[in-house]
Amino acid sequence: MTDSRFVDKISGRAVPLRGNDIDTDRIIPARFLKSVSFEGLETHAFEDDRKQLEERGQVHPFSNPSYAGARILVVNGNFGCGSSREHAPQALQRWGIRAVVGESFSEIFFGNSVALGMPCLTVAAADAEALLAAAEGDPQAEVRVSVSAQTVAVNGKTYQASVPAGAREAFTAGTWDATGLLLDDFEQVKKVAASLPYVSGF
Amino acid sequence: MGQTLLQKVWDRHAVRTLPTGQTQLFIGLHLIHEVTSPQAFDMIRMRGDRVAFPDRTFATVDHIVPTLNQRRPFLDVLAEEMMCALEKNCREFGIPLYDIDNPGQGIVHVIGPELGLTQPGMTIACGDSHTSTHGAFGAIAFGIGTSQVRDVLASQCLAMEPLKVRRITVNGSLRPGVFAKDVILDIIRRLGVKGGTGYAYEYGGDAFDRMTMEERMTVCNMSIEGAARVGYVNPDETTFKYVEGRAFAPKGADFAKARSWWKSLASDSNATYDDVVLMDAGAIEPTVTWGINPGQSVGITEKLPSPGDVGASDKASVAEALEFMSFRGGMPIAGTKIDVAFIGSCTNGRISDLREAARLAKGRRVASNVKALVVPGSQSVRKLAEQEGLDKIFMEAGFEWRGAGCSMCLAMNPDQLQGRQICASSSNRNFKGRQGSPTGRTLLMSPAMVAAAAIAGEVVDVRKMLDREEVHA
Repeated sequence: MTDSRFVDKISGRAVPLRGNDIDTDRIIPARFLKSVSFEGLETHAFEDDRKQLEERGQVHPFSNPSYAGARILVVNGNFGCGSSREHAPQALQRWGIRAVVGESFSEIFFGNSVALGMPCLTVAAADAEALLAAAEGDPQAEVRVSVSAQTVAVNGKTYQASVPAGAREAFTAGTWDATGLLLDDFEQVKKVAASLPYVSGF
Repeated sequence: MGQTLLQKVWDRHAVRTLPTGQTQLFIGLHLIHEVTSPQAFDMIRMRGDRVAFPDRTFATVDHIVPTLNQRRPFLDVLAEEMMCALEKNCREFGIPLYDIDNPGQGIVHVIGPELGLTQPGMTIACGDSHTSTHGAFGAIAFGIGTSQVRDVLASQCLAMEPLKVRRITVNGSLRPGVFAKDVILDIIRRLGVKGGTGYAYEYGGDAFDRMTMEERMTVCNMSIEGAARVGYVNPDETTFKYVEGRAFAPKGADFAKARSWWKSLASDSNATYDDVVLMDAGAIEPTVTWGINPGQSVGITEKLPSPGDVGASDKASVAEALEFMSFRGGMPIAGTKIDVAFIGSCTNGRISDLREAARLAKGRRVASNVKALVVPGSQSVRKLAEQEGLDKIFMEAGFEWRGAGCSMCLAMNPDQLQGRQICASSSNRNFKGRQGSPTGRTLLMSPAMVAAAAIAGEVVDVRKMLDREEVHA
């Protein structure tokens, strides 16, 4: 999985995936959720979309050998909408993706990605278009993402990106795996529970 | 300055501000099911953690259960393995499980309210995006992923970013033949499938005041389809009446105390909102989706849009959807032939949904080329429907009467579309491949509209099948 707890600078080639509202059913169709583990999900990422394009003589970016080994996924708007399945970011991360850059993300997908140490950076629509075009124009182009600086750079140009402060801090401080943090002050958790009438009695 | 219910409930459940600046939020009710929990339990084991509040966690099975033959072991070995994993995890960690042989079993968002587990003022999380359903009670309820299920199991808490609140006021009366499903489809159509990002939706207005709890659940259920992770209705007498007497509801003097606490949590009349939207209930038609996301819908009397009719940012989406559906812009949605009709799901698998559908089905026949399924949302719904004779009405009309589960909403069980079939569906998502066939097509609509389509063999205006006096009342 991720190499380190600290997630900030990520660089590598980018895979461009055009389209708004790409839902998690498309990222990983439900039939592949019938498993008690996340293993092997990467082989089924976008499986139905890939097959449908193939039947029409087209190539999905995730089937295109030029993008094999890409570490950064570039998308349009509302990426990861729909089902809360963590299997979607799991499939992408296991495929090799380490950061996603796009116009906007569904909140649940965003949160699931944070929990996996895979940042999703939001950029302006025109900049998403430029980044998509850059990856399409040259699959070898190196893209550099900085979570702390909130930037995405390619071909000598740097684009302003944004990551909400809480997630940014979780990545750079290495606390995106929140369980430990949430257990740090369990006495306070018990206190809040006891203060709730539906827990302690009305 | 007044507060919204979201602010009040949030503040009551805030444990502390995390070093990240996020809020550590206590989760009052954690619902789990077989699909998104097994990996979370494995992570808990690996960490050597316990389940922090096993008595605030409840499990059931819904996504993968077959609805035709529910005998164990299931014929699908992968499904059986998931059942066994959940049973083992619940035993090991002391979590109550409403298993397939338990009369309380059903779709997680149907049984929570039924059992009285869902109550106003709670924070509720579940590894399922339709957890927003429980917001109908004035709870703050939202879907989470598996790592967050792990977090809640281990700590009963989540690290959360704050939410804005958009007040959606719907005033006026729904016309006959127009249901809660049409209200939420219309809201999503207007505000867009990403319009709710960063927001909780607070639904109100006299149309909501008059709605039953089941209707409010239908609306809140699909909040996430408009990108609002949370949707809620302020608790009122309708809410209290629904909760009273249910298995896990407060009893006797406690109920009176609970009631006044719940009342105090409703948004103040002078609460401030980040955004306000006003809608007219009387203007809403029976609504049907024609595309590949729940925002791509039209009223039954309208025609489909063409890429030329929409703004630049939507042209590609409209073109992609029309192509996938093999529809043309400008065609009416009415008259679209269907192959399958599905009544059920966490959106519309409750008793009132089945009653509405049965009213249409009574004395009529499903078109000969249509496969029609009625899948109760829970075993309790199924039992009640059978006591009312709805099962007979459906079967006499040619519908199949099934066991409780998620069924054809999401294709994780044997109920799936084949090839290019078109399904009139009372569920919540019309995504490509959602109902099991990668090329299958889904038209979302109210249960009454599904029943009408099943009978006509094509999409029809349900109002034409209702009694004349009802329509013109």
